[in-house]
Parts: sequence; structure tokens; C-alpha cells
Amino acid sequence: MASLRLDGVTVRFGERTALDAVDLDVAEHEIVCVLGPSGSGKSTLLRTVAGLTEPDAGRVLLAGRDQRGVAPHRRGVGLMFQDHQLFPTRDVGGNVAFGPRMRGEPRAEIRGRVAELLELVGLPGARKRPVSALSGGEQQRVALARALAPRPGLLMLDEPLGQLDRSLRERLVVELRQLFRRLGTTVLAVTHDQGEAFALADRVVVMEAGRIAQTGSPVDVWLRPASEFVARFLGFTNLAAAVVRGRIADTPWGAVPVPPGAPQGPCTLLVRPAGVRLTDPGGGLPCTVTARTLRGGGSSEISLLLAPERGPALEASCPLHTAPDPGTAVSAAFDAAEVVVLPAR
Amino acid sequence: MRTGLRAGTAARLALAAVPAVFLALFFVYPVAAITARGLYDGGRWRPDRIAAVLTDPDIVGVVWFTLWQAVASTALTLLLALPGAYVLARLDFPGRRMLRAAVTVPFVLPTVVVGSAFLALLGRGGLLDQWWGVRLDTGVTAILLAHVFFNYAVVVRIVGGLWAQLDPRQEEAARVLGAGRWTAWRTVTLPALVPSVAAAALMVFLFTFTSFGVVQILGGPRYATLEVEIYRQTAQLLDLPTAAVLTLLQFAAVAALMAFHSRALRRRRTALGLVDAARTARRPRGAGQRALLAGVLVQIAVLLLAPLAVLAERSLSGPDGYGLHHYRALGSADAAGGTFTVAPLEAVGNSLAYAATATAVALAVGIPAAVALTLRGPGGRAGRLLRGLDALLMLPLGTSAVTVGFGFLIALDAPPLDLRSSWILVPLAQALVGIPFVVRTLLPVLRAVDVRLREAAAVLGASPPRVWREVDLPLVRRALLVAAGFAFAVSLGEFGATVFIARADAPTLPVAVARLLGRAGEASYGQAMALSTILMLLCAATLLALEGARTDRSGEL
Amino acid sequence: MHIKFRRALGAAVLGTLTLSTLAACGGSQSSGDGGEEGKGGRTVTLVAHDSFAASDAVLEEFTEKTGYRVKVLRGGDAGSSLNQAILSKDNPQGDVLFGVDNTLLSRALDNGLFAPYEAEGLAKIPARYQLDAGEHRVTPVDSGDVCVNYDRAYFEERGIAPPETLDDLAEPAYKDLLVTENAATSSPGLGFLLATVAEYGEGWQEYWKKLKANGVEVVDGWEQAYYDRFSGSSGGKGKGDRPLVVSYASSPPAEVLGADPAPEQAPTGVATGTCFRQIEFAGLLKGADNPAGGKALLDFMTGRSFQEDLPLQMFVNPVREDAELPEVFTRYGETVDEPRTMAPEKIAENREAWVKAWTSAVVR
Repeated sequence: MASLRLDGVTVRFGERTALDAVDLDVAEHEIVCVLGPSGSGKSTLLRTVAGLTEPDAGRVLLAGRDQRGVAPHRRGVGLMFQDHQLFPTRDVGGNVAFGPRMRGEPRAEIRGRVAELLELVGLPGARKRPVSALSGGEQQRVALARALAPRPGLLMLDEPLGQLDRSLRERLVVELRQLFRRLGTTVLAVTHDQGEAFALADRVVVMEAGRIAQTGSPVDVWLRPASEFVARFLGFTNLAAAVVRGRIADTPWGAVPVPPGAPQGPCTLLVRPAGVRLTDPGGGLPCTVTARTLRGGGSSEISLLLAPERGPALEASCPLHTAPDPGTAVSAAFDAAEVVVLPAR
Repeated sequence: MRTGLRAGTAARLALAAVPAVFLALFFVYPVAAITARGLYDGGRWRPDRIAAVLTDPDIVGVVWFTLWQAVASTALTLLLALPGAYVLARLDFPGRRMLRAAVTVPFVLPTVVVGSAFLALLGRGGLLDQWWGVRLDTGVTAILLAHVFFNYAVVVRIVGGLWAQLDPRQEEAARVLGAGRWTAWRTVTLPALVPSVAAAALMVFLFTFTSFGVVQILGGPRYATLEVEIYRQTAQLLDLPTAAVLTLLQFAAVAALMAFHSRALRRRRTALGLVDAARTARRPRGAGQRALLAGVLVQIAVLLLAPLAVLAERSLSGPDGYGLHHYRALGSADAAGGTFTVAPLEAVGNSLAYAATATAVALAVGIPAAVALTLRGPGGRAGRLLRGLDALLMLPLGTSAVTVGFGFLIALDAPPLDLRSSWILVPLAQALVGIPFVVRTLLPVLRAVDVRLREAAAVLGASPPRVWREVDLPLVRRALLVAAGFAFAVSLGEFGATVFIARADAPTLPVAVARLLGRAGEASYGQAMALSTILMLLCAATLLALEGARTDRSGEL
Repeated sequence: MHIKFRRALGAAVLGTLTLSTLAACGGSQSSGDGGEEGKGGRTVTLVAHDSFAASDAVLEEFTEKTGYRVKVLRGGDAGSSLNQAILSKDNPQGDVLFGVDNTLLSRALDNGLFAPYEAEGLAKIPARYQLDAGEHRVTPVDSGDVCVNYDRAYFEERGIAPPETLDDLAEPAYKDLLVTENAATSSPGLGFLLATVAEYGEGWQEYWKKLKANGVEVVDGWEQAYYDRFSGSSGGKGKGDRPLVVSYASSPPAEVLGADPAPEQAPTGVATGTCFRQIEFAGLLKGADNPAGGKALLDFMTGRSFQEDLPLQMFVNPVREDAELPEVFTRYGETVDEPRTMAPEKIAENREAWVKAWTSAVVR
């Protein structure tokens, strides 16, 4: 298994800069997930590593070797495309066997590997099936088996679960992680879904407009977004400009307590929904409940949207059975433990 | 910086070099040589000749006739063929596939055969003359009918091909929203069809604008298209300046048409919600649809199949009733009073060998061209260069075959390219006509191949040539067969250029037919019909073999 | 499918290879055979128009006599084959060109197509045929008269006298009866036009206006006119309805050839006052591969056996005065005593203008 290193990689498409001096290290056996909205350069990153796009500046190193001028078919990386791109004229076995065949491996060995991989991805005996007869999930498994078959030093996944429905996705992501752990594969995956990234990755890289906005363990990133952009991308909406003085921040919602040791002066303040507590009317910031939505995944928490008397809308989280109906007048109080001080805009 | 991309561009240009060099040597150079003979005189260019020729009232007459007969032929073809396109695309009835193949037969028939088929039907001593004393061979009627006969398939293929794939649910959606049957058709289906009708009309216009064999045989001394006039000026009057000016004029007209055509095609690529053609055809319902079906069947029988049938009938009928004696006579070199140094039947072998070679050449040139045009590259200058190649590839279709034939004779006469007495000259000229068909058939299919499929293969370790073999080839194999078949059929039928360069002791089928027709006389006439029938059967067999291999995507032709 | 495709690809590659090989060694493959004889020494190539014919026996006689084998390249009608020769004159397709007639002669000579050679048989050919006697660039081979033919039965049935002269043709009695050929594309058509020019001088256009008013029909070629439109021909589909056609003085004998029993009279006749004399020439092409063989062929073509073979092969008259005509010619043919002629230079000077004026006035 190989390590990957990107060293000041820049890719431009005409006027637009898709990757802007990106530095990134992926250690052997590490699973790294690149997160970002569409257009942030995630796919370009994968294509650059695969050799499908050549960088305008910077270096791509695989196992320490500079890949400049090395054609895609000689890089020894695997890439699983967003919409799988299975070869329509070949059956399942033909698709999986493609890579080893290109490497000229002995036929008997290929046959064994195909059977093994199909077993591994949970499709034993599917070798003869035409790919057009596969469901989305099955196609995804075949694409994965195909990408794994030539034993790539680095496996890259582009929105691997993007087209699948939620429950399937949540199950597969766990399976994938276990599988990669078992095989010891170095993985660089790209997704726009934070849940997927957090479940899969050892480390998360958030991209913004061709630059890396933050990198760290999933928990780190979740707990301490590095910027307003990252926070918004992670789905946080309770953000406002503020000025910190001592343990108190001055915000459009009024005074909000901040954790000890917070940097003083102008900042952007993030209040996680769990940090917005509902109290009896008169106990805090007067708000009206405007909407409520269930959080998915069998959670018993509910998300409430509040219209405060002053300041922008607030999202609060509360247990299902205590949730007030829309229209109810409530008061909101803030919990310093769930408040994050971010750099000013 | 971008080594990989640079390598890609280099590969593209290398691929493009094959067709570019071929066309430069065997198309641009000969045509330029003959044009220069006409316009370069006494050590200087004579552009004044252009004005002199273009103001000649006779030439103005020719240009006018060329234009209006092309417009009339196109309008008539659309009028007659659009119902056929609908019926063959949307109605399901027994024998539909066979019929669809049958209406395509005329398109690949050599003009010489079409001419003789119409003579056999409409001409002096033809079937109508025999039965009712009706003769249509002296006027424009026969020319227009022959053009319809020829181009019916173009409309059925281009418009019908799209019609068959239009999602009927769109029209149904309009019906649900309250539109009547006619309104739904007018507001949903018609706008979707218009670009393909325009494309088909342009193709028909192009073919009839440059019509040669049909007008030559049916037009008599009075009617001449530009192409026929170029032939007369070159071959008969040796008036090279006039021929050169007319060649340039036709060139300009065709280039303008091509530009128009490619714009129409681009518009055609707009998303249309297409579905599998197999799902849209329905059994005819109601009296209206049944009457339409019956009408189209009668029309096809009268317009397309009758001339072919009469051709076969004439080939079998002799002074002593029906028999195969015309066919037997073809086996002897004494046929038709010694017009031939070899038995006319040998022309069959010659034609097959030439056409096979021409097909190989057309594929060898057309495949790299089509690949170079579809490989996604960096654009820019190289991209513009390739678009130029795209246009260049189509030009042989619109260039006077006579000019090409004569150009070969005067240009390819010096070592190392002294090919005038070589047999390869004929397949080379024929390949020129085949190449546009190969490229046009392959392009849409290759363009439809998802780039990322190629990338997936590359990442899995396939080198670029291997990618082509493993990914593109299986997807375009059927289109390739269709392309080869078209190239074979048009090579088999090529007449304008071949007639100049075919060696007397190795005539092709169309040349032999023309010679036999030129001899007239009962025996020669019967033998011409017999040879035409053989040619027709060869073309039809090629086509039927392809119909099985035909992809629904092989769109443009 | 795979295998099929590979084969097609293989063929394509092979094609390209053949192409480049051919291009590479094209230089050594000069005109002529270049095949088994090597050096092109034993083959002599005759470039001719489509109507050229000679009997096998006579051609074999030539081979026996000289050791040369004749290869014939036919290149379309007389005009086309001459034009092809002119366009490729620096590197001709053959050694001898046959079929240049007096209406095209100047075009050939002006383009410097031929190398001079005085053929052996010239002594026996009357001076009136030797239009290039000064330089001997071309050698006369045969002659024929372009004349209006008539269908005897048609005129006998109706009790009308067939026309005799050009003037007659414009008479109302012969309205809608004549079919002629396009002077721009057909050799007899041009001959007939020249006959009218020779007869009427400047007034020829007036004459044609009268002919047109009298319903003359113009078709592209002789075959069509004679076999399809003329009512008197037996070889065609026999459904023509015009009893007058521009053809040759030798056409009546051709009609009875092979008829059994031989008829009293040919079914067609010749209007002897409408004739124009055509003389066909052959010449040694400049730059020929095998000039010696070409000269031998010219000698042979002016010799007796070839000359006597001509009438029944091409229905023309030999130019050699001691050549004997076959019986069918002497019995059914009509001699034209005073055919119209015209100096080749005059033809060369005016041909294009005349043809153009004629086309505008008569065809369009």
C-alpha cells in the first residue's frame, strides 16, 4: 500500500482555479475523506491523483515517487466513479476481471480473484450476470470489486454511495469501513455528505473553492469547525457576527456565554442546536416556534426552528416528546459548552 | 506543463494526420491541379474567367436548373416520404423490418442503375409506354421521380430514426394537459422533429444538387445540373476554364450547405427525451391509421419497388419470352458486339474486389478520422484544426466526381505517385466517397461513448490503444459494420470518377452497365438490365446483411 | 464478431500498406503492361474510343508478323478519349492513339500529342485523306460519311419521296420526322452541324431555325438516335417513330448484315445530298513506352488486311485504295460522290463558337 502526497497542486480550467496550491498527505492504510460542496474541487483532486487531469503546478507523489508525466494506466491507483461506469458490453465477471487482465495476470488467478472479490462485496455467483440487470446497490458493489481487483496501492472513491437510498447507504458505509480496515487499503474518498464522511474516515478534509479549509479527525472537525464556511457546510445555521468580552459574547441575539479561554474581540459565533435550550417564557430570548422536523436515522431528537424577537432564526434541538407545536411562544437560553468562537468574517 | 494532455493532443493530431494526408494527396491535390489547369494560364492566374463564365446565359440556365430541380426534388421527397417515415417508425406491422431495409436499397443503388430502372419504367419502350403509351423520359418528371426514389430512404432514416425514439409519453403528457390529438402533435412532436426534417431536407438537397448519373441518363441534351455540365465541359469540350469555374462554384455552394447542415445537426443534439425505438411502435389503430399504412404501402410499391421489379423483368425478357439468356450472354467477351475486351460478367469480380479494397481504405482513413474527432482534447488551435478536418472529410461528397477522376489522371502522373495505370486508382477514388459515410456513421456513436468509461478503463491499467479496443470497439462494432457496408455499397456504385479511371480491361459494374446502355440494341439493353439487376442484388444483399447489425444510434445516415 | 472485426481491421491495415507500397514503387510501374513481358517491349498499347473493334484473326496476324501483342485501352467516346490523351500527354497511357477525326484533328495537333511517323501504307492512300501530309503526325485510317438515313418502308407506305438534300429537310413534308444528335457530345451530331455550315456558310443558323420549326429532335448520342428513335433500325427495340436520322452512309449495309435470306434492298436508305465526310486518324503518341511497336502498329493499320477488316468491324470505309470492300457494302451501300468537307483549321477555329451557338439556338 502506498502513501499519497500532494505538494502545492494547482489546476486551472481557463479562468477558473479548481485546485489552489493544495497540500495533502495520506498515510499508508489511512482512510481520508474529502468533504465539500459541489464545485469545491473534490473530483478534480481525485482526477489529478489518477492522472486524468495534469496539474498546472505542484507535484503528486505516490509512495514517494513524483507522478509527473506518468499516464493513468501506469499509476497503479484505483478509482471508483460516481456513477460506477461499469462496462455495458461485459458481464459482472468481465468488469471485475478487467484490471487484472490489463496487467496480464494469469487467467486462473484472475478467475479466483473475481470469485473472491464478488464474495467479499456480497455478490457471490453474480459473475455471469449482465450489468444492466443490476440494481443500484449491486452496481456499486461491482464497481468496488472492479476497483479493488488489480490491488491498487491507493483506492479512490468519488461519491461512492451518492446514488443510493439512505438506509442502504448507512449500512454500506459501515461495511466499507470494515472492508478497508481488513484489507489495509489506503483510501481517498470524496463526498458531500458529512454523515458518510464521518462514518468512513480516519481523517476528514474539508474543501472550499479549491483550497483545503480544514483537516482533522471527524470528531475534531465536528466539535471545532475552523471557519464559518466549514460550520455552515457541516449543517450549522446558528451563526452570527459577535464581539467577545471576557466570558460573554455580544450577538444579535443578545449576550451569549462563551467557553473559558475564548479569544477576545470580534468573531463569528456558532451555537450548536443542542446549545439552544428551551425555557419557560420570560426566562431568556423570546421566540416563536415556526417549524419542526424529525432528525433522521431513528433519532429521538427533534429539530425546532425558532424565530427570535431579535437576531436571525435559530435552530434548536430537543427531545421528541417535549417538542412544542409550531406557533408556540417559547424562550431560548444558550449553553456555553455548545458555543464555538470562530474567526471573524 | 501538462505532459499528459500534450501527449493526448499529439496522439489526436497523429490520428488526424492519416485522413489529412490521404485527403491532401488524393483529393485536394488532384482537384487543385485540375482547377489550376483551367484558371492558370500563360504564367498568371485568370480570375477574369470566373466572371466570363458566370455571366454566360447558358451557364446561368444550368445554375438555375440545378437549383430549382434540387428544391423541387427536395420538396417532393419530403412530401412523399414523411408519411412513410411515420409509418415505418411508429406503426408495428408484419414485415416492417424487411420493408425498412427494402426502402433503403434505392439509396445505395448506383445512379446508372436508377437511371436504367426509370428508363425501363417510364422511357421509350418501357412498361408504361407498353401498357398505356405514356412516356415521361423526355421531361423533368423522370428526373424528379428518380430523385424521390433515390432519397426516400434519407428521409425515412433521418426523420423516422428520430421519430421512432421520441418518447410517446411527452405527447401523452400534453394530451393529459388538455391538448387535442392534433394540437398535441403540433406542439410537442412537430417541434422535436423539425431539426431532423431540416437535416434530411439538406441531405436530399445536397444529393440532388450534385446529381450526375440520373440527370445524365434521364435528362437528355436539354437538362444539365452543374455536375453534368462539368462533365460535358471537361470530357467532351475540353473547356477546362469553364469546368474549373463550375467546380469552384459547386464547391462553394456545397461548403455553404455543409456549414448550414452542421448547424442543423448541432441543434438536433438538444435533449429530446429519447427512448428505445423498440418500445414506441404500436399496431395500427382505427381507420385513419390503417388507411395511412395502406397508402404508404401502395406508395412504396409504386414508387420504389416497381422500378426495381421492372428492371428485373426487363433483364429476363428477350425476343423468345422470359429466360436467362441475357445473363448467359454476360459471360462472353463478344457480348454487345465487342464493346468489351473481357466478359461483362468479369465486371462483377472487378467491382467486388475494387469495392472491398475501397472499403478497407475508407475504414483505414475514416476510423482514425472519427476517433481523432471524438477524443476529448484541450480544444484551442488543435481543436479548430480538427474541426477543419471534419469539414474537409465531407467535401468529397459535394465535389464533382468528374473533377476528381480527371484530377487523378493529370495529378497522379509523376513518380512516386504515378498511379494512372495502376488498378489502385479506382478504389482510391471510390474510397473518397466512402470516407464521409464511414465518418458520419461512426461519429454519433463514438460521441455517445461516455468519456468516463474510457477513464475508468485507463485507471484500471488500460493503455490508450487498449482503451479503444476494450471500450470503444465493442460499443461501435455494429456501427462499424454499418459504416463498412455503406462504404462498400457506395464504392460498388461509384460511377462519375470510375468511368474515367477504370481500365478498359477491368470495368466495374456501373461502367459496364453504362457501356452496354450506350450500345443500345435489344441484346445490349437486356444485358444492361441483367447487369443492373446483379448490381442491385449485390447492393440489396449488402444492405440486408447490415440491417441485422444496424444500431439505432447510427443516426445521421 | 470479434474475429470478424479483427479481419476487417486487418484488411484495412493491409489496404494502407498496399497503398504505401504502391505509392513507393509507382514510379517503376509506368504505362503499358509492365507485367510478364517486363520492360513493356513486347506489348504495344492502342488507346482508342469505345467503338474501336478489330477481329481477333487480324490482331493475331499482327502478333505473328511483328512479335508484338496489341493491348487496347478504350477511353469513352472519340472526344473523351482524345481529351484524356491531351490531359495526360506528358506521360501517355499508351503508344498509339486511334480515333481522332478531322473535326477534332486540330485539337490533337495543336496540343502536340503526336510524334511524326510516315507509315508504310501511305503510298496507297489517296492524298485527299492525308490532311497532315506535310508532317505525318497523324496517319489516316478510315473514312465515313455522316448522312441522313431514311426508313424506306415509312416513305413507301405513305407514297412520299424521301428527302435528298439539306433543303428538303426543312420542307413541311418532313415535319417532325428527323432526329439528330447533340453536336456538343456526339461525333455524327457535330458532323451534321458542319455539313450545314459548309452548305449555308453564315446562314447556317437560319437553316437550323427552320429545322427547329420543322420539329427536329435532338438526343445525346448516336446509339439513342439510331436504335431508339429511328423507325428503320432493326437492332434496337424497334419502337422508334422518326423515319429520318443522322447516321452514316454505311448504316444500310450494317442493317442487312447477317440477315437471312439476304434482302433485295436494305430497309434504309441514304439522303446523299446531306453528307459530311469524316476521316479518322491514328498517331504515335509522344513519349510512348514502345515507339517501335507503335510504328509497327501504324504500318499494320494502313496495311491491306487491317484495312479490309475495318468495314465489318466498325462500318467505315478503308482509306487504302486497293482495299476490297465486302460484298454487303458494295451491294447495299450507297456511294457519296460529293460529300461536304471542311479544312481542319477552319473547324478548329470555329468549332466551339459554332457548337455554343447551336446549343443555345437548338437545344435550350
